[in-house]
Amino acid sequence: MLKIQDLHVYYGMIHALKGLSFEVNEGEIITLIGANGAGKTTTLHAITGLLRPKSGKIIFDGKDLTKAPAHKIVEMGMAHVPEGRRVFQSLTVLANLKLGAYTKHSKAEVAETLEMVYDRFPRLKERASQIAGTLSGGEQQMLAMGRALMSKPRIILMDEPSMGLSPLLVSEIFDIIKSISAGGATVLLVEQNAKKALSIADRAYVMETGRIVLSGKASELMNDDSVKKAYLGE
Amino acid sequence: MSFISYLVNGVSLGGIYALIALGYTMVYGIAKMLNFAHGDVIMVGGFTVFMTMSLGGVSPAVAVLAAIIVCTLLGVTIEKVAYKPLRNATPLAVLITAIGVSYLLQNLALLIFGSNSRTFKSVVPVKAWKVNDTLTISGEAITTIVVSLVIMLALTLFINKTKIGSAMLAVSEDRGAAQLMGINVNRTISITFAIGSALAAVASVLLCSSYPQINAYTGAMPGIKAFTAAVFGGIGSIPGAMVGGILMGIIENLSRAYISSQIADAIVFSVLIIILLIKPTGIMGKKYNEKV
Repeated sequence: MLKIQDLHVYYGMIHALKGLSFEVNEGEIITLIGANGAGKTTTLHAITGLLRPKSGKIIFDGKDLTKAPAHKIVEMGMAHVPEGRRVFQSLTVLANLKLGAYTKHSKAEVAETLEMVYDRFPRLKERASQIAGTLSGGEQQMLAMGRALMSKPRIILMDEPSMGLSPLLVSEIFDIIKSISAGGATVLLVEQNAKKALSIADRAYVMETGRIVLSGKASELMNDDSVKKAYLGE
Repeated sequence: MSFISYLVNGVSLGGIYALIALGYTMVYGIAKMLNFAHGDVIMVGGFTVFMTMSLGGVSPAVAVLAAIIVCTLLGVTIEKVAYKPLRNATPLAVLITAIGVSYLLQNLALLIFGSNSRTFKSVVPVKAWKVNDTLTISGEAITTIVVSLVIMLALTLFINKTKIGSAMLAVSEDRGAAQLMGINVNRTISITFAIGSALAAVASVLLCSSYPQINAYTGAMPGIKAFTAAVFGGIGSIPGAMVGGILMGIIENLSRAYISSQIADAIVFSVLIIILLIKPTGIMGKKYNEKV
């Protein structure tokens, strides 16, 4: 479904991604794990067009996305829940959700999707008219996910959804990711919480300084000695 | 009674400042730049009305429409040609470019129209309103107040109720996140320049009707004052520009009337400095830190 081929990204002189290749198949939960600065966020930014790769290819559903502008990508069925949530702080919860459906033109369809999102996140319904900046961290994360779901994506990219949340909320967020996946969407998850990420993923890629250094079934990587030592703290 | 007359004229002048300030503040909020050529778009609007009426012989309504069209196209063109290529450049480069565009417009006007002021014939058809023996409100003042309030109301509704308006709010808060929603940032910026310039055209008509002279520098001082009004209200904030503009007009007119007409501008800018010392983000400025 999504294929990354030999991707190179530079920030000025810094070579951030050094020939990255990986693949996400329909229906999978794939996780990219790795230390801070390994290039995980950069990878997601390159896929959704927020960054221009120097070379390499991003193929989604057989179409080349490499040069597509960021605002065209949502329409193709790909949503990105960015690191740090980045909800529109000064707007209401409802306004945020409606912006998630910006590319949808049918009012009926948007209303229907909104009900679906409210069913998944009842808290957002309760707080629909509240200003997003006044939500708690966990609620903002749910809003960011709900906003992404408003575009009815076939694949959803999530960047550190558990960052800064209490352990209880982290478990809740991971349950939500599982249920989004069960609802039919493909998930590409970037996480520093490798243990949790591996526990829900089908396959995983381990990144180090802009490269994939290890890949395989999540269940196998969880028992891999080097992964255990470096990322699972065992 | 003279106080009411000064106040009404102050609100009228403030309405003009507010319309211009909206252009500054919207462009700052959405494109994150100070468009110092905005004041000179007013001058172009004024000359468009002047030329179409005196040479073309068209009716005032057509002349106003022509000014709106010319200014809108000019604003969008300036953005496309001068600012868009600098989208990822340092803010300083964009600022200097904007000052360059401002000088370019002023000097083109000097070249075409010379340096003498022309007399501008008011396009306002409204008659003065004689309230009583001591108080008369000019038709220009009435028109300016009504037109600017209607435009501000319409703009507020447009921003808060339409899809394009929501895209503008989203881009102004977080350009990257807005792109992830599928919002075309370049298009949103173009629309912002179009709206800001159209408002400048309306402001130019009102300004030149109230102060019936026009030359190449007509837009410069009102431009700077309106920019000050935008900072005063909190740059980036649309209600802030409205409140800032009107307050500024009132302060200017009352100082002119009661203190001294020579130092009225100095008083206005002193008030700005005091406000900024107390509240550095302006009256209605956003609390949020600017994201990079």
